[in-house]
Amino acid sequence: MTSVSRRKWITGGLTATAGAAGLAVAARLANRYGLIPPDYGSLYGAGATLTYASQRLLTRHSMAREFPRSLISKDPFPNGDPPRDEGFRRLEAAGFADWRLSVEGMVARPASFSLADLKSYPQRSQITHLACEEGWSFIAEWIGVPLSHVLDLAGILPQAKYVVYFSVQRDWWDSVDMADALHPQTLITYGMNGADLPVGHGGPIRVRVPRQLGYKSIKHVSRLLVTDSLKEYWPESSYSWYAGI
Amino acid sequence: MADSAWVPDLATSVAATRDAPRHTAVVRVTHWITALCFFALLVSGVEIVISHPRFYWGETGNILTPSLFDLPIPSSRSTVPTGYAYVLSDQNGWSRYLHFQAAWVLVLTGLLYVVSSVLTAHFRKDLIPVGTDLSWRFKPPAEGDAWSYNVLQRLTYLFVIFVLFPLVIWTGLAMSPAVASAIPAIVTVFGGQQSARTIHFFVSVFLVLFLLVHIAMVCIAGFRNRTRAMITGRIGTYKEHL
Repeated sequence: MTSVSRRKWITGGLTATAGAAGLAVAARLANRYGLIPPDYGSLYGAGATLTYASQRLLTRHSMAREFPRSLISKDPFPNGDPPRDEGFRRLEAAGFADWRLSVEGMVARPASFSLADLKSYPQRSQITHLACEEGWSFIAEWIGVPLSHVLDLAGILPQAKYVVYFSVQRDWWDSVDMADALHPQTLITYGMNGADLPVGHGGPIRVRVPRQLGYKSIKHVSRLLVTDSLKEYWPESSYSWYAGI
Repeated sequence: MADSAWVPDLATSVAATRDAPRHTAVVRVTHWITALCFFALLVSGVEIVISHPRFYWGETGNILTPSLFDLPIPSSRSTVPTGYAYVLSDQNGWSRYLHFQAAWVLVLTGLLYVVSSVLTAHFRKDLIPVGTDLSWRFKPPAEGDAWSYNVLQRLTYLFVIFVLFPLVIWTGLAMSPAVASAIPAIVTVFGGQQSARTIHFFVSVFLVLFLLVHIAMVCIAGFRNRTRAMITGRIGTYKEHL
């Protein structure tokens, strides 16, 4: 072995060690600052992590674009059908007076709210985009109470990392990190375009996450669960968990 | 003497620079990574577009609103009126994952290529059209041509590198509600999210057209030799060829 190649070996080895150590430090820092998405270990984990980390850094305090009233879509497309089961119909017939939204998991005071309770809390109205991952979109006025307000009432425990929200429809739920859960534009929506939220658009309650694609905005929500792990609540779909794209 | 490699059609300079590779290692490696990423982006992009093969202008558009144009293809969603009696299978989950993963690799590879090309004067020496010997005319390639590009090739490569790729990345980012929340101008300059989507589609079509012409030209110029040059960096001489 000549001295040149030995030098190459040493510098190469040092570079590789420094690189590995740098990556390990970066991974620890990223984890500490909430820059690792729960699907980081999948086949596409590298891309998902780069997207999530860079967008979390970029969008920490950013607000989803809001539009003038004149841009509200005349034909908002209600994708999918509302639940058709007897229980839902009965609730609908009664104006959803008996609809409950429960908050459980890592909270100090598990609670359950009626639609009237939710409407009595500070209201927020915003005209934002709903963009579906398929490519279509519409703009509507969404009226509701910030999810953060309801979470504050229940008292989130410090170890909480995610909020899972469940539809009454079978096998339909999704989740967001605390950054999006506590974001002022993340709404428990009960109204749309000045009226009650139509069932086609998720009535009586839809969680709206305007900085992410439409599939994170689950319809007919009846249960919120605060947790530190999504292991048991992994969505059945093969879609990327973070949908800020 | 290495500088003379960019002077085309000069047998002497060709002979003198035989030892230098036709393409540098960075150019060769980034070329093939880009090729792989482009293929992944194309396949996943097609899968994504068939879930809504309709295009709009402005901020919004859906099946209840008139479209700018429709692609005459079936869809992977039953809600989209296509005129076809069947619905394709939904492949958007992995397609979207793959699209963005490949986009990241492509962007990082592109940055490596651009930075390295500025440092090694690759753009100035090989791609910016200067010099009196450069010709617009297409002619059958002589041996010396394998060492350089004509004006049309140079302008095309520069257009792809500095116009089409930046635009396709920009319009891709403009469709992101999160990125648009941080940098609204990224989408408002196009007049809305649906405009950005439509431009993204057309730029992708232009990139595919470039790819087809590029492959056709490589075939005309000698597929084996040109491909070998992009893999090993070397060009076979006529002796080897025969």
